[in-house]
Amino acid sequence: MVPITTLHYLVVAAALFVLGVIGVLTRRNVVVVLMSIELILNAVNLNLVVFSRMWGNLHGQLFAIFIVVDAAAEAAVGLGILIAYFRNSETINVDEIDLLKW
Amino acid sequence: MNPGMNAALNSGMAPVATPFFFYMLGGLAVAGAVLVITRRNAVHSALALIVTLLAVAGLYLMLYAPFVAGVQIIVYAGGIMVLFLFVIMLVNIERASKERRFNRMWPLGLAAACALMALFVSAFVKGRALFPDRMMTLPESSNTQQIATMLYGEAGRMGQYTFAFEIASLLLLVAILGAVIMTKKKI
Repeated sequence: MVPITTLHYLVVAAALFVLGVIGVLTRRNVVVVLMSIELILNAVNLNLVVFSRMWGNLHGQLFAIFIVVDAAAEAAVGLGILIAYFRNSETINVDEIDLLKW
Repeated sequence: MNPGMNAALNSGMAPVATPFFFYMLGGLAVAGAVLVITRRNAVHSALALIVTLLAVAGLYLMLYAPFVAGVQIIVYAGGIMVLFLFVIMLVNIERASKERRFNRMWPLGLAAACALMALFVSAFVKGRALFPDRMMTLPESSNTQQIATMLYGEAGRMGQYTFAFEIASLLLLVAILGAVIMTKKKI
């Protein structure tokens, strides 16, 4: 069999990224949109870790850990905003949240 | 920069059945991602996302990053996903599960995503030489120690990422305050 190279991992990460973008752009449920953003962040993390292995140092893994921290902060604040909005308007559909739309 | 790392390069044990585990974990990750964006019920999406996160953690293990894999399982699959499931329980899922899944502009979004995929494919085909085939073998047993040295420094000296680490802790503090204030009764 073909040995697994950097490009193999990059293809998996690109697939995860594109699927996450599709979720963000097409789904209506805000919770699923936030989950798709987590997918995108995971794809980026996978890229960083595989480049870390390609170059043989640990800086990529450090960046991946910082991105996990960012993802936790983003999920906490995003879901807090979601709960506050749901309490006010009883909907979590993206296309009905148009308060700021002209 | 990291003494001892270069000496340990290319001296680890040879992994067994790497292609099999790679294709299994990669397939699991992609299949879970497809389920995340297609399931009608948000709880099912969350469970599929947990499968994806665990598969990606397995890929991290294959890439000699055991600490990142542990962080992935503990923080993502353990912490963030519990937060997601909790919020799904709070907002009503009965109404959402009867409605349309995709918004009206979904063909446009799908077209944009396909354009992005075409960009990735052309970049990987044309820029193949940019990604060399060599794969270093990182030392696995001292991985956590090296990461800690880069984060916290050693022998009283600041590490390379100590300042960034402090900034990250400040970011988490701000996020905690923001989440608490957002979910207060009267905002």
